[in-house]
Amino acid sequence: MINTHDILETINMIQDENLDIRTITMGISLLDCCTGDAVSTCGRIYEKIARKAEHLIKVGEDIEKEYGIPIINKRISVTPIAMILASGGGNPVYYAKTLEKAANTVGVNFIGGYSALVHKGFSAGDEQLIRSIPEALSVTDRLCSSVNIGSTKTGINMDAVKLMGEIIKQSAEVTADKGCIGPAKLVVFCNAPEDNPFMAGAFHGAGEPDCVINVGVSGPGVVRAAIAKIPDGDITDVADMVKRTAFKITRMGQLVAKEASKRLDVPFGIVDLSLAPTPAVGDSVAHILEEMGLEQCGAHGTTACLALLNDAVKKGGVMASSHVGGLSGAFIPVSEDRGMIDAAANGTLSIEKLEAMTAVCSVGLDMIIVPGDTPAEVLSGVIADEAAIGMVNSKTTAVRLIPAIGKNIGDTLNFGGLLGYGPVMKLNTASPAKFISRGGRIPAPLQSLKN
Amino acid sequence: MRAIITVVGKDMVGILAKVSCVCAESNVNVIEVTQSILQDMFCMIMLVDCEKCSVDFTEFSDKVTKIGEEMPLSIHVMHEEIFNSMHRI
Repeated sequence: MINTHDILETINMIQDENLDIRTITMGISLLDCCTGDAVSTCGRIYEKIARKAEHLIKVGEDIEKEYGIPIINKRISVTPIAMILASGGGNPVYYAKTLEKAANTVGVNFIGGYSALVHKGFSAGDEQLIRSIPEALSVTDRLCSSVNIGSTKTGINMDAVKLMGEIIKQSAEVTADKGCIGPAKLVVFCNAPEDNPFMAGAFHGAGEPDCVINVGVSGPGVVRAAIAKIPDGDITDVADMVKRTAFKITRMGQLVAKEASKRLDVPFGIVDLSLAPTPAVGDSVAHILEEMGLEQCGAHGTTACLALLNDAVKKGGVMASSHVGGLSGAFIPVSEDRGMIDAAANGTLSIEKLEAMTAVCSVGLDMIIVPGDTPAEVLSGVIADEAAIGMVNSKTTAVRLIPAIGKNIGDTLNFGGLLGYGPVMKLNTASPAKFISRGGRIPAPLQSLKN
Repeated sequence: MRAIITVVGKDMVGILAKVSCVCAESNVNVIEVTQSILQDMFCMIMLVDCEKCSVDFTEFSDKVTKIGEEMPLSIHVMHEEIFNSMHRI
């Protein structure tokens, strides 16, 4: 029989340390739904999602019961709608409502893919879709949107950067009566992964199979508890402990992914090795960094601790899963992480420090609440900086800023649920307007002479 | 399939009896039991065979965890495979 210690360790991880499968995400290609006409295309989109994901919730719940592992979210990602819109035409919001209806029918809590990939330029449908994002996010609850505006191979599309600053602002304005929820469901990417299971940035890339199961694991609480067991260990011990823990967490994700794939008769795609926090106590990435020895997240030393954590999570996780992908690393969303919220509220954690942290972790400036009167070009400036970090370092970076309409620095905005709450943070408001208004493209960076 | 039932809580009369009674009712065979008492805390781990389980596994799992709610115990029923995959390479 299995070692008693191992059994109790697993039970403890789930019961006391918030170990869970954060999401089972079914990726569905909509390319075969194109008919050249909006109404019939949307009819086929609805039918395909309802058919493919019919048993997704049931299978998720069965696995949860049998294996005793909480599976928090079941979600769907689809082909970037801009591609479908290019063929079907019509009003993009009609597609948004179709996706929302399909998500409601199958019972998933989010559907991602109201997206456009414009890292080199806009093709048919792209700009139309992007301009419709504020309205689409305001008339739906479950729809998530993302736009890829740059990549290491193509550089950064500054016209798209300019546009996205305006779109984020508008999304906040049109959802001001709903707590500015719009931009919380909108991600601006550089080097967006095509197999990411995590919202709001999930979409089903053009190179993916027809239908696929991707799984995102979580477990910041488990990693923090593991480090707490070695208060006198040196930093090598800490890295080893993180690796060992990440291995176990990922094995659980792999098992669930394989089982879900078998039961749904859909190929297994990837496991995303992410440490995804929630606002719950004991589920914070910031607290892991603090357990390593920082007084509070944001102190000098934070970037180094995060670099170690991110690397060790990947090293531990890679061996535990047959296919790893998505964002894979530590997430640092401010409003979704209790430790980050506290550090931002008392001023220890600034946006500039968060920007530095994004150079060594898996995503970017995520779920950061900024003053509602921030000019669109300042938001574009933040996007450009963040995209530059991703482009030069050949990694994914993303921006999810929420302008809190009618609120100022120090006020709190509360989204509720997994999206959490947070303080309005200070942005440097010196104007980048001239730079942003130039438009054009930042050329792709050199991939040699690396110093 | 084989499952592992873990029971953790304050020691009291009849824990083992109640859990094994539910197993017997559902035609679930108990393969192995280990139990220990650490500072008044009762800790029991049962390996059971659910191959011939007369009810749906999730129903069996609900019945067993319900004992926990009645007797202030923390009871988990989990597929054996989860432990194998997490702790064995």
